[in-house]
Amino acid sequence: MVVSDSNRTLRVCALYPDLLNIYADRGNLLMLELRCQWRGIRYQQTNCLLGEPLHSSQHDLIYIGGGQDRDQLLCARDLVQVKGDALRAAAEAGVVVLGICGGYQLLGRSYQLSPQQEIQGLGLLDAVTVRQPGPRLIGNVAIDINMDSASGVSWPGPPDRRSHPDSASPRLLAGFENHGGRTHLGPRQAPLGKVVRGFGNDGRSGFEGAVSGSVIGTYLHGPLLPKNAWFADWLIATALRIDPAQLAPLDDALEQQAHLAARRAAGVQ
Amino acid sequence: MRSREPPSHSSPKDQPGSALPLPSAIAAARLAGALSKLRGGGATSVPGVVLNRLRPDAISLLAKRLPQGSVVVSATNGKTTTSALAASILQRQGVSLVHNSAGANMPGGVAASLMQAAGRPARVGSHHKIARQLGLFEVDEAWLSPLVEQLSPSVVVLCNLFRDQLDRYGELDAIAERWQQTVTAGAGAKAQLLLNADDPLVADLGRHRDRVLYFGIEDDSVALQSLGHAADAKRCRSCGAAYVFDAVYLGHLGRYHCPSCGQRRPQPQVHASKIQLNGVESSSFTLTLPHGAVRVELPLPGLYNVYNALAAAALAGALQAQPQQIAAALGQSRAAFGRAELLTVDTRPLRIMLVKNPVGANEVLRTLALQQGQHDLLGILNDNVADGRDVSWIWDADFEALAGRVRHVICAGTRAQELALRLKYAGVPTSAIEVCEPIAAALAAAAANRPPAGQDQTLYALPTYTAMLQLRSLLVRRGAANGRWS
Repeated sequence: MVVSDSNRTLRVCALYPDLLNIYADRGNLLMLELRCQWRGIRYQQTNCLLGEPLHSSQHDLIYIGGGQDRDQLLCARDLVQVKGDALRAAAEAGVVVLGICGGYQLLGRSYQLSPQQEIQGLGLLDAVTVRQPGPRLIGNVAIDINMDSASGVSWPGPPDRRSHPDSASPRLLAGFENHGGRTHLGPRQAPLGKVVRGFGNDGRSGFEGAVSGSVIGTYLHGPLLPKNAWFADWLIATALRIDPAQLAPLDDALEQQAHLAARRAAGVQ
Repeated sequence: MRSREPPSHSSPKDQPGSALPLPSAIAAARLAGALSKLRGGGATSVPGVVLNRLRPDAISLLAKRLPQGSVVVSATNGKTTTSALAASILQRQGVSLVHNSAGANMPGGVAASLMQAAGRPARVGSHHKIARQLGLFEVDEAWLSPLVEQLSPSVVVLCNLFRDQLDRYGELDAIAERWQQTVTAGAGAKAQLLLNADDPLVADLGRHRDRVLYFGIEDDSVALQSLGHAADAKRCRSCGAAYVFDAVYLGHLGRYHCPSCGQRRPQPQVHASKIQLNGVESSSFTLTLPHGAVRVELPLPGLYNVYNALAAAALAGALQAQPQQIAAALGQSRAAFGRAELLTVDTRPLRIMLVKNPVGANEVLRTLALQQGQHDLLGILNDNVADGRDVSWIWDADFEALAGRVRHVICAGTRAQELALRLKYAGVPTSAIEVCEPIAAALAAAAANRPPAGQDQTLYALPTYTAMLQLRSLLVRRGAANGRWS
C-alpha cells in the first residue's frame, strides 16, 4: 500500500557542494529532489560548507561528492576535525550517508596519496585507499549489488514488471568511474557489489564500493542516480525509514531507457 | 583526430641516425594521406601523424622556415573560433597564413598544416607573400607544452580553462600546472603571453613573468547574478582562500580578488565594454586596445564570442594590426565550422551550436534563452573518445535555462536517452521530448516536425564534437553545407 506522502520531508545535507562536485554530483541531488517533489514529499537541502558544524539529528541523508585533489584535501581535514563526531553519530543513528568517488574515499580510514602523504578519513567504512603508480581507472562500469547476505542490506524486491522489463535480471547499478586511488576493503567490510564490467575498487578484487549499515560508498558517478532511478528511490525510502514499495510509482520510461543505455555503454545488455 | 593520449615528453632531438631526410619523409607522409583519403578517411591529420612518426623533429624544422614565425592559441573553449577570427584579421593585413583551420589541433594536425604549406609558396605566390608567411596554430590544451617547445612561437594566447572531458584531460589544476611550466621554461619563456585576465587560472600564469598583455571584459551590465554551478577555480591559487567575485561574466570568468592575500584580477590592457548581445544573431562591443578604441559589430552571438573576438583582437594588435582594421575584419567574420553556423535543411534554417562541456553549453543555452519564443531543438549527445566517454557533464550544464522554452526536442546520438532524461529533470515536459538515436533519422524527423506557420522556423542543433562532425557530413552529402574539411 502506498502511504500518503504529504506530511513527509526528506532532509538532505550536501557536504561541500561548492568543492566536491566535479563529476556532476548535482545530478544526484536533483534526482532526489524531483523524485520527492513529484510524490508530494517535501525536499529540504542544507549545504554544509568548510568550517560549518554538522548537526547529526537534523538530516535523513548526508551526501558527499568528489573533487579535485586540492579541494579534496581541504575537505578531508575539515571533515575529520569539524564534522567527524557528528557524522559518526548520524551513521550510528541510521542516517543514510552516501559518498561518491572522493566522498567514498573519505568515508574510509585513510587515503595514502604518496608514501610521504596520508590523509586521514572518517573510518565509517573499513577501507584504505592508496594512490599507486599506473593509469587512472577510467570507464563505464556496471555492478551487481544482489549481495544481501554479505552486506546485511535488504535491497528491494523485483520492481513492477511493466515499467522494468529487466526485472528478472540481477540488481545492476550502471555508471562511470574515474579514480587514481585503489581502495582495499578490510576482511569484514562488505562491498557494495560485484563488478560485472569495469574496474571497481582496485581493478583486481572484483568488488566495487562498500556498505556498512546505512553508510554507502561507491566510485560510480556519471552521475549515479539518474542512471539508476530505482536506487534513488531506495535511498529516499531508506532515509525516510519506509519500505520502498510504499513510494508512489512514477512514470519512469525515460529513466529506464537511460539506465539501459548506461548498461549498454558498459557492455551489459 | 582528438583521440590520442596527451604526450609523454620525448624530446624531438632524440633522432636516430638513420632518420629519413625531411623531403623524403614529407613525400611518404603525403602518399599516406592520399591513400587514406582514397579509402574514405576524412581526418586532416593523417599525413601529419605519419610525418611525426618518420621525423619527430619535423614540426620544429618546418616551423623554423616560417619567415614570421608562429603564434599559438589554446583554451578549453573557443580556440577554433578565436584563431578563425584572428586569421580573418591577419589575412586582410596581407599576412599569408599556415593555419590548422579545420580544428585538428594536436601534433598530427599541426604537422599536416606545416607540410601542406611547405609545398605551397613556389606554386602560389610572390616573394612578398612568402616573406609574410606566419604560422597560426590552435593547440589542444593537453598538447600545449610539446607544441610550444617545437614551434617556438613568438606569441602564445591563452583564453580559458574549464572542466572538460575529465576522463581525457584530468583535473583542471593539473593542466594549469603544466601550462605554468610551459610559459616559464624553455621555448615558452621567450614568447609574449596574451592572457585572459578574467580567468584566475589563466591570469596567474603571467604573475611572475614579463612580456604579458592581459585582455578582459569591463562591463558589469553583462554580469551574472552569481557564480554558476559549473564554475571552477573559486579559490585563490596563492593562499587557498575563496575569491570574492565582484562580477561574474561566464563560468568562473569575471572580476575577482582574494580577500586574504590581496591577489586580484590584473587590469586588462585590451578590453571589451558597452557590450550588446542580440540573441543568436550577433553582438557588438567597444574594443579598447593599447593604441585606440573602436566599435565592433560582430556577426557572432553570445558573450563567449565576445571573448573569442577579444582574444583575436589582442593577438592581431600584438602583431601590429590597427584598431580600425581589426574592427572591419571582425565585422566581416563568419562562424567557424559548427560554431553557431547557420545552414538550411529542407528549407528550414538550421543553426548548429557545438556543446561539449558545461561552461560552453551554458553559454549556448544562455544565448538561446536570449532569443524570443519557443524553440525546436535537435540535441545530439555522443560518448565517443573525442567527446569524452563520460557524459556526466550534461548534469553540470544549466539546461534549466530552457525550461518553458522548448516546443519540441529530439534527442539523438549514442547517449540520446541520458540527454532526454537531463531535459526532463531540467523541467522540459516529457510530451515535448522524443528519443531517436540515429542522427540521420533524427535530423529528418526534426526537420519535418515544423512549428505552425508564422512562427520562427529555426531548428537549433546542439551536438557534441563527433556528433557535430557527423551532422555536418550528413548535411554536406545533402548539399546543405560546404565540406570545408579540406
